[in-house]
Amino acid sequence: MKKDVAYVRPDTLEAALAFLKETEKTSRVVAGGTDVVAGLRSGMLKGVCLVDISGLAELKGIEEKEGEVCIGAGVTLSEILASEAVARVAPALQNAARVFGSRQIRNMATIGGNICRASPAGDTLPVLYAQDAQLELISSSSLRRVPLRDFIRGPGHTALGAGEILRGVWLKRAPGMSMHRFEKVGNRKVLAVSIVSLAALLSLSDRGIIESARLAWGSVAPTVVRSAQVEKSLTGKPLTAETLGQVFPLVQQAISPIDDIRASAAYRRRVAVSLLFRLLENRESCD
Amino acid sequence: MKPNTHIPIEFTINGKKVSLEVEADETALKLIRDRLLLKGTKEGCGIGECGACTIVVDGKSANACLMLAAQIHGREILTVEGLEADGDLDPLQKSFADHHAVQCGFCTPGFLMSSYALLKENPHPDRREIVDAISGNLCRCTGYQQIVDAVEDGAKRLRKEKSK
Repeated sequence: MKKDVAYVRPDTLEAALAFLKETEKTSRVVAGGTDVVAGLRSGMLKGVCLVDISGLAELKGIEEKEGEVCIGAGVTLSEILASEAVARVAPALQNAARVFGSRQIRNMATIGGNICRASPAGDTLPVLYAQDAQLELISSSSLRRVPLRDFIRGPGHTALGAGEILRGVWLKRAPGMSMHRFEKVGNRKVLAVSIVSLAALLSLSDRGIIESARLAWGSVAPTVVRSAQVEKSLTGKPLTAETLGQVFPLVQQAISPIDDIRASAAYRRRVAVSLLFRLLENRESCD
Repeated sequence: MKPNTHIPIEFTINGKKVSLEVEADETALKLIRDRLLLKGTKEGCGIGECGACTIVVDGKSANACLMLAAQIHGREILTVEGLEADGDLDPLQKSFADHHAVQCGFCTPGFLMSSYALLKENPHPDRREIVDAISGNLCRCTGYQQIVDAVEDGAKRLRKEKSK
């Protein structure tokens, strides 16, 4: 074995934070393991001390407080799928969880891991951007709440400070939204890294007029993209193919996809707009 | 609290209590195959994409290749070797055989464990739910129809056995 990897299993969050404070540069937090263990195998991750936070009760559980829901960072994707509180506050997050990895991965992977990994293709991220999620970050000397969009800086880069851990994610129900969707295109239905994804929350009047819209795209830029211009432009218009077609140029301006092993930038540009048309399908499934 | 390169752990596997020392970066898969010599659990891709290493941890399916051995401390593990009882195959194993859901057999332990976890949670799955539960497992020879048939029939057999 590679003798440069060590492991520690703190019993409490307090102990984990104290340990991280001492060893911030050489430590790597591990929860579900789905990213970290793959990183150890590939050799991307070496010379680290693995701090196992998977058993910490302080990071578990989904709580509802005054109209907000707090999902602990250690909550698995399977637990999110089973949560009635999440169904009430962020139905689109369950739609994303449903197409996240595979059953096995969902039983292991945590929402905290998906956020802190800060991959442009992270499947919970577009929904969390659309929900204006707030993150609770804790260290041995501080507790702060930051908007997700300020937290994620770029692929693999976050505003997580030295000795800090993501404690949980706060979500509020987006007011008035009647459509909660997550759409993605990958090489297959499951176990696919998103080539392009789209979270959409829409408030529709009885006559099908868009009263407000929140849209967030994944895998089309270094971070998830939300465009105030696109959202504004859709507002007050009927949800039709024509309306969606009118925002194509604005979407193209907002995104900056790249060519990679999964798809070309040009393909991603086409899919980013064509995914919008899925909002015209299954309209009756809205709540 | 001191980090270690060797970690003592205790867990239950197929009903037996085990305590031993694992290395910090050892996977649960390596522990199961190379140290406990339970070779039913397979290594396919090694990165969580094929499901050949699927085991059941505290009642839920998981990829042993993505789990640290140190993380199975205190947990209850079931591998394909734990399905048979007193020399009798589990009803699910029998229906895999009867429905020709096995060809080369490499993926079979993983499919069995994914299906086993599904039936524990939901004894009455419909075909869509079966497909969802096994979609993290790849089979490159049999195709999936027979496997879905086998799980459907296995569910029936298990229900029958329970009502006896």
